[in-house]
Amino acid sequence: MKNYYQKEIETAPREEILKIQNEKIVKQVKHVYDNVPYYRDLMDKKGVKPEDIKGVDDIKKLPFLTKDDLRECYPYGLLATDLKDCVRIQSTSGTTGKRVVAFYTQHDIDLWEDCCARAIVAAGGSNEDVVQVCYGYGLFTGGPGLNGGSHKVGSLTLPMSSGNTDRQIQFMMDLNATILCCTPSYAAYIGETLAEKGYKPEDNKLKAGIFGAEPWTEEMRRSIEKSLGIKAYDIYGLTEISGPGVSFECEEQTGMHINEDHFYAEIIDPETGEVLPDGEKGELVFTSLDKEAFPLLRYRTKDICILSRKKCSCGRTHVKMTKPLGRSDDMMIIRGVNVFPSQIEAVLLKEGYTPNYQIVVDRKNNTDTFDIYVELAPEQFSDKISDIQSREAALNGAMRSMLGIGPKIHLVAPKTITRSEGKAVRVIDKRKLHD
Amino acid sequence: MAITQLSAFLENTPGTLYKAVSAISDAGINLRALSVADTKDFGILRVIVSDPAKAREVLSDDTIITETQVLAVKMDDKAGALKNILNIIESIDVNIEYVYAFTGGSKGSAYVVLRVDDNEQAEAVLAKNGITTLTDADLASVLP
Repeated sequence: MKNYYQKEIETAPREEILKIQNEKIVKQVKHVYDNVPYYRDLMDKKGVKPEDIKGVDDIKKLPFLTKDDLRECYPYGLLATDLKDCVRIQSTSGTTGKRVVAFYTQHDIDLWEDCCARAIVAAGGSNEDVVQVCYGYGLFTGGPGLNGGSHKVGSLTLPMSSGNTDRQIQFMMDLNATILCCTPSYAAYIGETLAEKGYKPEDNKLKAGIFGAEPWTEEMRRSIEKSLGIKAYDIYGLTEISGPGVSFECEEQTGMHINEDHFYAEIIDPETGEVLPDGEKGELVFTSLDKEAFPLLRYRTKDICILSRKKCSCGRTHVKMTKPLGRSDDMMIIRGVNVFPSQIEAVLLKEGYTPNYQIVVDRKNNTDTFDIYVELAPEQFSDKISDIQSREAALNGAMRSMLGIGPKIHLVAPKTITRSEGKAVRVIDKRKLHD
Repeated sequence: MAITQLSAFLENTPGTLYKAVSAISDAGINLRALSVADTKDFGILRVIVSDPAKAREVLSDDTIITETQVLAVKMDDKAGALKNILNIIESIDVNIEYVYAFTGGSKGSAYVVLRVDDNEQAEAVLAKNGITTLTDADLASVLP
């Protein structure tokens, strides 16, 4: 028996979805044009008026928004409602100091949580389930999103937040959690820890996991499914567009259904900006169709994906996207946190180091390792080991406060970082994240 | 007075120590004393040589060098000699960062190299107890 949280819209005929989208986009563009001077200027510069947008086919006429625009508009520049109508702020881990903050009205929270509820029901969730949410709670959207979704479904929600694996396991076993929500690497870690404690996969009551916020492979999926005795579902989202649940997997596990009644997806050529047909690989661009407070139009995600409208056996009619197959910028996702090399460079310069560094990311025992090799300048060298180790610890602290995660710092002699063709290789990512 | 010690930053990988020692010996410089401190990632080679300026020059091609003034004390090559010196330094508020010792020169003598956080205070207390610290010239007169 197939279950849906909002069956009517999730399985609506394509023409019905298109009709809804067309109605929403006309209203939304007018809302943004009237209330967001920054975007109005972009439209004016491009010579596009709200009247030119008669349906989703006209979305391609609209200007793009990028992370740079969001940073430039920090904090209120893209807000489209009065602050008194907003009830929540969420935020991304920021780059070079400035975070992206997103605002939500109650309506925006509801639609976001509905999307998460759809994901939970698609993974087999109902009001008989115990949903353990070990995504971080707080500014990060992971915890609040799945928490809200679980409430909507009526599941018993365990708001664990991240970390403290022993407690996670104790609650999971004592309170019979049936659905686990966290990053895939944390799920793998929980699986290993359970095995170390002598539990077999059948000892827990889990039946499904909803895992996202970082790249993972099919191989990792199978290994998590085996170690926890569950079916593992992928979920995708980004704070700029709402949070987790922008798209989610169904039991077919062949891509994530995008909640098209709220988010319109396009695939573009990242070089030219030209819209590409379904089935072609390119950068994923989202337009929020009905968010009120922070309605981004044509936001470039930098995630490289493919869209597919092939009929899905689950009965859902919404378009499916592949997992991100890469990035069109140099962003890395390490332990679920977005990291840009430019952030690392900024910290090094601030702390008085040369920008000669190398980042090495690997995945060992299903957890990301994060090492930064930094060249020591002659005047920074000391004959005392403790001085050098204090330097490493201080740099680790500075990185942690900028990035949210602490790398292992290795200070190395000058000119030892490998250079190829005269140009230093800044990032070595040894993880196999894409099949 | 103190003596000149050179410290070189070495990666903790095979061959780096050989390379540094070769550079010193190829330049015809004698190694009077040597010690290596190691961590997982790197090591610090500390040497006392016959010609610090030249050694610094030849080592600088491959790594970074720092020069430190360390205390060197001549002692009898017999049980309890080092204990006696450390006992004197213990009596004041000076911290010893690291220490290494070697024998050589005339028979029956040994030398200890002390890296302390306050050379002047340590020297003063040693002098008060009748122990003189050596200079680069003193070492040159007893060691090749």
